[in-house]
Parts: sequence; structure tokens; C-alpha cells
Amino acid sequence: MSSLIPQLPALQVVIPLFAAPLCVLAGRTGLAWFIALAASATATLTAAVLAYLTYHNGTISYEMGGWEPPWGIEYVVDTASAFILLLVASIGTMVLIYSPASVGKEIRSGRGHLYYCMYLLCLTGLLGIAITGDAFNVFVFLEISSLSSYALIAMGGQRKALTAAFQYLIMGTIGATFFLIGVGLLYMMTGTLNMADLQTRIPGIQDSRPVLAAFAFITVGLALKAALFPLHLWLPNAYAFAPSGVSAFMAATATKVSLYVLLRFTFTIFGAKFAFLNLPLYWVLLVPAVFAMFAGSFSAIFQRDVKRMLAYSSVAQIGYITLAIALASSAGVTAALIHIFNHGLMKAALFCAMGCIFYRIGSTRIDAMAGLGKQMPWTMTAIVAGGLSLLGVPLTAGFISKWYLVQAALQSNLWWLVVLIVLSSMLALVYVWRIVEALYFKEPVAGNEGIREAPLSMLLPTLLLAGANVYFGIDTRVPIAMAENAADLLLRGQIW
Amino acid sequence: MRHHRVLRIISKLLIPFIMLFALYVQFHGDFGPGGGFQAGVIFGSAFILYGLIFGLEYARMVAPPAIVTRLVAAGVLIFAGTGYAGLFAGGNFLDYGVLKSDPVAGQHLGILLVEFGVGTTVAASMITIFFLFAGRDR
Amino acid sequence: MLQAVLDHYNYWIAILLMMIGFYTVVARGNLVKKIVGLNIFQTSVFLLYISMGKVTGGTAPILDERFSVYSNPIPHVLILTAIVVGVATTALGLALVVRIRESYGTIEEDELDLLDGET
Repeated sequence: MSSLIPQLPALQVVIPLFAAPLCVLAGRTGLAWFIALAASATATLTAAVLAYLTYHNGTISYEMGGWEPPWGIEYVVDTASAFILLLVASIGTMVLIYSPASVGKEIRSGRGHLYYCMYLLCLTGLLGIAITGDAFNVFVFLEISSLSSYALIAMGGQRKALTAAFQYLIMGTIGATFFLIGVGLLYMMTGTLNMADLQTRIPGIQDSRPVLAAFAFITVGLALKAALFPLHLWLPNAYAFAPSGVSAFMAATATKVSLYVLLRFTFTIFGAKFAFLNLPLYWVLLVPAVFAMFAGSFSAIFQRDVKRMLAYSSVAQIGYITLAIALASSAGVTAALIHIFNHGLMKAALFCAMGCIFYRIGSTRIDAMAGLGKQMPWTMTAIVAGGLSLLGVPLTAGFISKWYLVQAALQSNLWWLVVLIVLSSMLALVYVWRIVEALYFKEPVAGNEGIREAPLSMLLPTLLLAGANVYFGIDTRVPIAMAENAADLLLRGQIW
Repeated sequence: MRHHRVLRIISKLLIPFIMLFALYVQFHGDFGPGGGFQAGVIFGSAFILYGLIFGLEYARMVAPPAIVTRLVAAGVLIFAGTGYAGLFAGGNFLDYGVLKSDPVAGQHLGILLVEFGVGTTVAASMITIFFLFAGRDR
Repeated sequence: MLQAVLDHYNYWIAILLMMIGFYTVVARGNLVKKIVGLNIFQTSVFLLYISMGKVTGGTAPILDERFSVYSNPIPHVLILTAIVVGVATTALGLALVVRIRESYGTIEEDELDLLDGET
């Protein structure tokens, strides 16, 4: 057992990677699901152990293939990456527990094992992005996760899923290629791809034009991947038409991981001084973030499909996270990381609940689900808990996010930002109320009389995720301790 | 294209050499330019040429799609399995040096296995992509 | 001035291809043409990487006692990976186009928007 611990950083990525082809070979949906669940549960366990170890003993470095960095690929786990690993792996596992019933309903029969293969590849990619300490390796994992998510989205039942996946493919590839250009320019100037090595070499040449161009390309590329307004156009359709499990998993993790890479590049590699003093990253992030908060929420209010509504709400929430990053203070980065975590919980719970409704009535249109509150009481409980968390009501995880965000804004003497945050939260109240009103206070739609509660295998993970929203609103020790520690680490710019 | 005698005979002659060249690129990759990616594409192209000239049904008989799809997965497993072998032999993941008592021989063995996995996956994916696109009846 | 432009001709070619590809992706409504544009866009980045690995006077990076100066092979290896990613993207994109054509009967973006109705 003790000889296993030094190998954990590799196993974190390689176990899901190894399980993905096994799913194809398994050939049967049930068996593939079991393999996927086992791999993803192991990944969660690994992430938890890594998080514990890094929090107590400091950063772990792993040399892939025994090649010393900076020549070989280095995997680096510090509290910031462990935090993201834990989020991605645990949500991935929750959604997998939830998946069998919804896959049986939504994926064409005979394709289930391929669905789980793609799902695991997506998980591998996202975990890999978080753990690697090599700039080019980030690109590779980014593409692994993106390509598999395009395929997953296209598996959605409606034909619009195809156009949504195509649109995402075009936008996502442009984003990833921009990132590739940036990494290429950095390699040209420094001769290294290792992040820690880049960090020591960039200050000497930071005013050269290729480095400036590299920074611009990387920021824009990642903003595209993270769906920062106005580069969010791929997101609403992709989340609305993907299979339920994919929506839940991607909404909770995919954009968050891109934001994490943005944090890494801005603070660790280029350094906050370069990005915020030499270059106007503050305005570049702040203005789109504020627009995202309002445009996302406004668009959400007018949606007739709840999954699309939640997708637009994601655009707004990404605005909050970017806003916190733009503050470039310790409090700001802490708030960003906390919101990355909490927003993952909210959106996973809400999209899972929408999957439950879709399982029963075959639609997520708001007028089709009128009056279901009495027939599906537990699903509705999850929606209300997730919705309250989205608003930021006290005793929910969302409140903790908003609280830290407001504090960070006040610390930077930006009281007008606080006003904007509160105003945009009011808009969230409008669209959350629309869902609640439809579910509890509208006359039931004819034909929905026989609808019962969703099956337990779907309901349980949904309720657990919703419960996590409440739990992390009360007991905030773990996420806050990790986020503060990670923010310290990122801002000190120490080699990790 | 069943009535194009020249095409059929020439491709019959060519296909073995294409495959042989693929194997050369595959296994000479340790010493010169080449490797699994290139070899896989060349190997796959032999099957694709066969499919183009003799028809898709025959190509499917030679390389049944169900097996080819499994080969895509098997190649990845060979690659990852080599990585795990390094891990179990006491090194890091993908550390081939520990596969044999002599690190250089270990490196040789490791890269050979990994490239074989890559070649299998690439060839099988190329054939699968061809089958999928050519097999659409519209 | 002209000499400065000519000395960096590899970058100019990369930039030109990049702009052609990007323009095609943005301006063309046909989904296949969009994929072609995306390919050109990616290829320009491959050229950028590969030309950066060239060492003046260096030969192909295959060990041989007759040579002492070699080009840098790392950008080539990186781009081999990126090419594979590009192939996968193209295959997936074309597969999507085939299925879009089967379920909509068209691959023109404006007609697809009409068929999708409210968005």
C-alpha cells in the first residue's frame, strides 16, 4: 500500500484512461457501466487521498516515465489542483451512479457501452488538465476531454443535439488552437514546456512581443473554452440538448477546469504582476464578467426550456467566477475557487433533477412540467435546494460563494461591484421563481396524471448532490480551508 | 469498380507491399524515422484501398467491423498496459527502463510495445472511420 | 524593411494560412467548408511549430557520427500529437456533418437555422 502512494498522481489519470477501452471491449451496457463506476470511484478515492496529502505535506511531483523535469512530463499536485481533481472526480462518480436509468432512456440501445467509454475519456481529460505540470500536456488533455464531449453531446436524442455539437466542435477547436499557438510562442521564447520552468524564465523576457502575444492567445483560447461572455455562444445549445447525465457532468466541471487553467497561467506562469500591472487583464476580465452576469441572467429569464435556462444561468455564474479572478487579490482568488466548487454542486444537482423530470415526462419545457410538484416531491425538493443555492440564500453553498465574493469586492473598495452582484442575483430570483411557480402553483398539464417519482437510482444521487448544497452551506471548513490554501499558493507564485 | 481489371490487378500486387512497408515503418521506428502513427495509417490504407477497389462487403469480410472496433480499444490497452508494467516493475508509469535488467534493452522493449499499441489503434481507427463513412447508404 | 519581411517568411506564411482558415470558418455557411477552414487554420499552427524547430545548418535529428548539428525534434513530436488531434477533430466533425445531413437534409447553416426554428 505504501509503495502505491507515490504512484497516485499517475493512477489518478491512468485508471479512467485504462477503463475506457475496457468499456468498449465489454460490449454490454451494464458491464460497461460497472467498469466506469469502479474506475471513477477509484479516481475519487485517489483524489481524496491526494488532497489530504497535499494539504498536510505540501506539493507532490511525479515524473512520467521516469524522465526528470523539465525534459519529461511532470505531474504536479498541489492544493489548487487537488481541489479541482476532487470536484471533477466526485461529481463524475455521482453522475455515473445516476446514469443507468437515464442512459437506458436517452441513448440508442447498443450504444450504451460507447457512451460510458466517452464519459470516461472526458473524465480522464478533465483530471489530466488539472494534474499536469506541462503546458503542452494541458492542450492534449483539453482535446481529449473536448473531443469526447462533442461526441457525448451528439448522442442526445433530438436532432438539434447534432448542430449543437457541431457548433461546439468549431468553437472549441478554435479555442484549443489559440491555446496551442500561445504555448508554441512560449516554447519558442523559453525553450521549455514545463510550467515551473516557464515561470522562472518568463520574467526575463516578459516585454518581448511573442510573450505578449502568447499571453493574449492563451487568455482568449481559455476564455472560449470557459464560455466567458461574449464567447459563450456554444454553451446554451450544447447543455440543453446533451443527454441529461452529460449536461450535469459538463455543466459542473468542464468550464470550471478551463477557468482553473486560466488561474494557473495568469498567476503561476505569467505572474499577477505581469498580467495585471503590465497588461490590462483587470479590464479584459472585469467588463465581460459584468456583462455575463446580466446578459446570462436576462437570457435565462426568457427561456422556455429549463435546461437552456440553466445553461444561460451558467454563463452568468461563470461571470461571477471571472469577476473574482479579475480582482487579483487573495480574497478574490479564494472566492473564485469556492464558487467553482459550489457552482459545480448547484448545477450538478439541478441538471440531475431535470434529468429525472425528462425521464418521466420526456421534456424539460417549462409548460410541460407544470403542476408536477405533488407527483414528484423529492425531485422538486432537489430543484428547490439547488435553486436556493443558485440565488445565494443563507444556509446554502451559494450563500458562502456570494459572501466571499462580496467581501473580496469590498476589500478592493469596489462597492459598485457589490451593487451589481446583488442586482444580478435578483435576476436569478426571477428565473428560479418561474420554475418553482410552474411546478407548484400551475394547473397540471393534461396527460401528466399518471406521472410518478423518478426511480431511486436517479433520485438518490440527485438528492445527495442537493444535500451537498445545503451541507456545504453550513459546514464550510473543508472547501474554504482548501480554497484559501490554494489561493495562497497561486498568489505567492511559488514553484509547485 | 469490379470491371476495372487494371486497377484490380495492380492493387492486388500493391497491397502486400503496402503492408510490408507499414511493418517496416512500424518496427524500424526505433532506429530511423517512423513509428506507430505513420505505420498505422499506411497499414490502414492497404485495407481502405482493398475496400475501394473490391467493394465494401469484401473489405468487411476481411476485416469484420466488430473485430476492428475491438482492436481500437485493444491497442490503447497495450499502450497503457506497458505503462502499468513499468509501474509494477518498480518504476514510474511508462518507465520502460525497469522492464529489463539492462535499462537500454528495457527502453527498446518498452517503445516497441507502445508503438505496437499505437499502430494497432491507428490502423483500426482508420479502417473504422472508412467503414463508417463508406457504409452510409445515401 | 523588405529584408525583415523576407527573413521571416515562414511566419508570414503561417499568418496568411491562419487568416484564410479563420475567414473560411467564419464566413462560409457550408458545414464541410467550415471544417476545411478549420483544417487550414490548424495546419498554419503546425507550420509555425515545425519551422520554429529548424536550426540553421542542422540536419534531420537522426543520430549519426557524420553530423553534429541537428534540428530540434521536440516541436515535430508535439505537432505529431497535434496532427492526430486534428485528424480526430476532422473525422468527428465530418461524422456530425453526415448525420446532420441525414436528419435535416441540408448542410447549409442558414437553412439549418430556419429548420431549427426558435433558438
